[in-house]
Amino acid sequence: MSFPLLTATALTPAIGAIATAAVPAARRTAAKWLALLFSLATVGFAAAVLLRFDTGAGADRFQLTESRSWIEDFGVRYELGVDGIGAVMIALTAVLLPFLIGAGWNDADEAEHEAANRRWRPTQGFFALMLMVEAMVIMSFAATDIFLFYIFFEAMLIPMYFLVGGFGDRAGELDEEGQSRQRSYAAVKFLLYNLAGGLIMLAAVIGLYVATADQLGTGTFSLQAILQARASGELDLATGTERWLFLGFFLAFAVKAPLWPLHTWLPNAMGEATAPVAVLITAVVDKVGTFAMLRFCLGLFPEASDWATPVVLVLALISIIYGALLALGQRDMKRLIAYASVSHFGFIVLGVFAMTSQGQSGATLYMINHGIATAALMLVAGFLISRRGSRLIADYGGVQKTAPVLAGTFLIGGLATLSLPGTGPFVSEFLVLVGTFSRYETVGVIACAGIVLAALYVLVLYQRTMTGPVKAGLEKLPDLRVRELAGGAPLIGLLIFLGVYPKPLTDIVNPAVEHTLSDVDQTDPAPHVVPEVEAAE
Amino acid sequence: MNPGELEAPDIEWVALSPSLIVFGAAVIGVLIEAFAPRRARYPAEVAVSALALAGAFAAVVGLAADGRAGSEAQIAGMGALAVDGPALFLQGIILLVGLVSVFLFAERRLEPAGHGGPVDSFAAQPAAVPGGQAEREAVRAGHTTTEIFPLLLFAVGGMLLFPMANDLLVLFIALEVLSLPLYLLCALARRRRLLSQEAAVKYFLLGAFASAFLLFGITMLYGYAGTLSYAGIADVVAGRPAVMEPGLASTMGNDALLLIGGAMVTMGLLFKVGAVPFHMWTPDVYQGAPTPVTGFMAAATKVAAFGALLRLLYVVLPGMRWDWEPVLWGVAIASMVAGAVIAITQTDVKRLLAYSSIAHAGFILSGALAVSEDGVSSVLFYLAAYSFVTLGAFAVVTLVRDAGGEATHLSKWAGLGRRSPLLAAVFALFLLAFAGIPLTSGFAGKFAVFRAAADAGAMGLVIVGVLASAIAAFFYIRVIVLMFFSEPKADGPSVVIPSPLTMSVVGLAAAVTVVLGVAPQYFLDLANDAGVFVR
Repeated sequence: MSFPLLTATALTPAIGAIATAAVPAARRTAAKWLALLFSLATVGFAAAVLLRFDTGAGADRFQLTESRSWIEDFGVRYELGVDGIGAVMIALTAVLLPFLIGAGWNDADEAEHEAANRRWRPTQGFFALMLMVEAMVIMSFAATDIFLFYIFFEAMLIPMYFLVGGFGDRAGELDEEGQSRQRSYAAVKFLLYNLAGGLIMLAAVIGLYVATADQLGTGTFSLQAILQARASGELDLATGTERWLFLGFFLAFAVKAPLWPLHTWLPNAMGEATAPVAVLITAVVDKVGTFAMLRFCLGLFPEASDWATPVVLVLALISIIYGALLALGQRDMKRLIAYASVSHFGFIVLGVFAMTSQGQSGATLYMINHGIATAALMLVAGFLISRRGSRLIADYGGVQKTAPVLAGTFLIGGLATLSLPGTGPFVSEFLVLVGTFSRYETVGVIACAGIVLAALYVLVLYQRTMTGPVKAGLEKLPDLRVRELAGGAPLIGLLIFLGVYPKPLTDIVNPAVEHTLSDVDQTDPAPHVVPEVEAAE
Repeated sequence: MNPGELEAPDIEWVALSPSLIVFGAAVIGVLIEAFAPRRARYPAEVAVSALALAGAFAAVVGLAADGRAGSEAQIAGMGALAVDGPALFLQGIILLVGLVSVFLFAERRLEPAGHGGPVDSFAAQPAAVPGGQAEREAVRAGHTTTEIFPLLLFAVGGMLLFPMANDLLVLFIALEVLSLPLYLLCALARRRRLLSQEAAVKYFLLGAFASAFLLFGITMLYGYAGTLSYAGIADVVAGRPAVMEPGLASTMGNDALLLIGGAMVTMGLLFKVGAVPFHMWTPDVYQGAPTPVTGFMAAATKVAAFGALLRLLYVVLPGMRWDWEPVLWGVAIASMVAGAVIAITQTDVKRLLAYSSIAHAGFILSGALAVSEDGVSSVLFYLAAYSFVTLGAFAVVTLVRDAGGEATHLSKWAGLGRRSPLLAAVFALFLLAFAGIPLTSGFAGKFAVFRAAADAGAMGLVIVGVLASAIAAFFYIRVIVLMFFSEPKADGPSVVIPSPLTMSVVGLAAAVTVVLGVAPQYFLDLANDAGVFVR
């Protein structure tokens, strides 16, 4: 048996979490470095996954597969494997984590000061939880057994919940009590929304097992086995059953993604959490939702996906427009970015359900680019907020005069968020729109309004905070420190690189998208338009 | 049968050894109370109880290794007792829970020591009037009630018989043997004695009602079938009695007797299980009883009672399935929903766990309703997982104390996670297991019962079950929020550092919770092999 690369990739942060948690209270700097070290080691493994991934014609869809028996009685196997989409998602997760750890270097220190006794070790806890989330997210990207996926899909809520509730942003605080209550409210809302969605999915998971047990003799959760059985006609779910199961899965993913009207937990959670945790939610954890729509909803329930497409497209459109409008109206910088994310998730879902190859590879690229762009924007916003101690946009003004580097980084992050050509998000947004337009013209046209609104909320945010006269209290605002710049600059470099040369990513993603489309028995309606995309660059 | 020819009873000593060991040790415990000097009683009782329970557990393992859980299953004690897979599996759980409970009962480091030496959480002199002169003197003298150990053993003995009972009269006797010591134990709290005595009286009165129902039901079933043995009644229900007598022929057609009798017996058992609408006693008793007793009772009684209920439904009344199934569907749904919803409003951690136990009774019932081998083994697995989580949770409750004893009001738990992160983390683990979060035993159990229910076509139960789980998750999470995200109060309770006894209980419970969550296969296999009732 070859080296279990995927297990190693997921296990590294998990071991790192345990090691970090075990560091004694007095050595918290050591804990930080240890966490960073393990997250970098994970990047190494993730890079190996990408390198080992065979993109050549005729290569297997799922590669680097591992299969071990686990809970036979439930028909559950420890089955891992990645297609191109999974591989790039793992890479995104692994790449983002060191930046988040670097950006959150001192975030838990404040909690440290309040620690009543020396057994409470917030710093160790903060980094251990982050690595734990990373491990679980990687597992859910790599799992090809539906039960295994479900376990990590649900279990990652717990460390995430402690991150949101335990290490809030202390900016903009009016009184100690009120603030901490808001924060635990956000944490509980996050957990309950996702848990409820997940439990409904559990009913569907059980239903799927019963259905496969009925038709195949033995119940199975193996994605590959189910896909094969469906292709060979052995497994043919009744229309009603398939639709109910689809709804069960889709609801859980739509909460996680988050899709209007199930999005309301996101602004709370992102507003109250520290900036790195907010990025972890929107750039990493939420991507599991859209990723799972692509892999599980479409793959397992093609007929039902087709049936639900009109409704899903409408919901996605509402998310795009509604999220953008609310982002415009926010007074709180982090909530603004949260609503912008709602809008962007609308685009991703649109791309997934457009059922065209451009749409879906666009959606996959969108997941990557949105992760990086939001990380850049949110982390810089976090640096700014920690300097001034306020999240309110009205408290800022003229920052570009006192902290030009900070303002510049913020601007590039913002421009990437509004999908400026030359940055990564442009490529993905364009692909999604082309993919949608080629099948659903009206939907594509309406979705374009989202682009205009995005330009509006990003530029208005920049104008209000960075330009104009310097606000009182900001005269001595320090510019980005070396640590902060080291976190921001590579992300921006990556955004520009992916904007100019997305080919390495598309090469990996495209075969997986073809497979997904053939699972849903769909073909592109119009001739391939990829050449035009390259021309547009 | 002709009364003239009385057979000498033929007892299978080996097959019945677990319960015989426990009853024997209980009698020895009583003798120790009578004859040993006061000073020697505590070590002697603890040693006898622990050894007996461990020995009985070894006997269960030996019997199972002998194949008596499967092919060698038999009816023993002249048709009165069944030694088969479900019985042995549940006996194993009950014995382990009992053994661990002995540790909790024996804990003597939590209460401030009296003059006569360290004391436990049980009343110094139960007969003394609460708050009276006699009690003050007894407390000052540092008296302890070592009778709790023989009482525990008798209760365990009754619980061992309960799932084995293959005859309605034995069922009733086992019920009484397990209940009476529990009523007593409930009344023995050292602190808040009035609350404890109130709990015991409530438990006793309602329990007496339930026993009466059970007994009345038994007489009706006897009137219907002319026999008390499970197999005999099942034959009559199926319309092919072993011996057709003229008297039997006239009662056999009387379905009213069968329906009312079956319903009453089931009611008696549902009372012990704590399912809605027979749950009224649960919160008061759980709150008032000494916490180690609550933990033992919550874990072991549920196991024993579900064992008896399963055997009744699967062996005696399978022919009546279409009659009882809709009713028990209603009971399961009501238990899940009512338990989860009412728990939200609770402010006392013991009452909270009580309502959560009601919800869990509903979850377990939905597995039991599957009427399949999968159904039985899923219930067995769930009970194993649930009992250890429960025991661990109550063990943690005994440790959080302030000047007035255990601090069970939830407001006092605020900020516990900052004061004692490790203990709070373990309690959080138990709560997450109750909530059924993946990678804990609670999830594996929940998945098993829901799968069995779905397999049997009860998708409705599954959907209500997951919705109730979502509601239940809310209040479990609320406690976690309180522990970790609230500022600790200045006059809040402290966590007492217990002796290795309680620590081992908490540690074992946490280990079982994680192992059954991450690698449940071995235990699922065990439960699967134990899924068939002997007839």
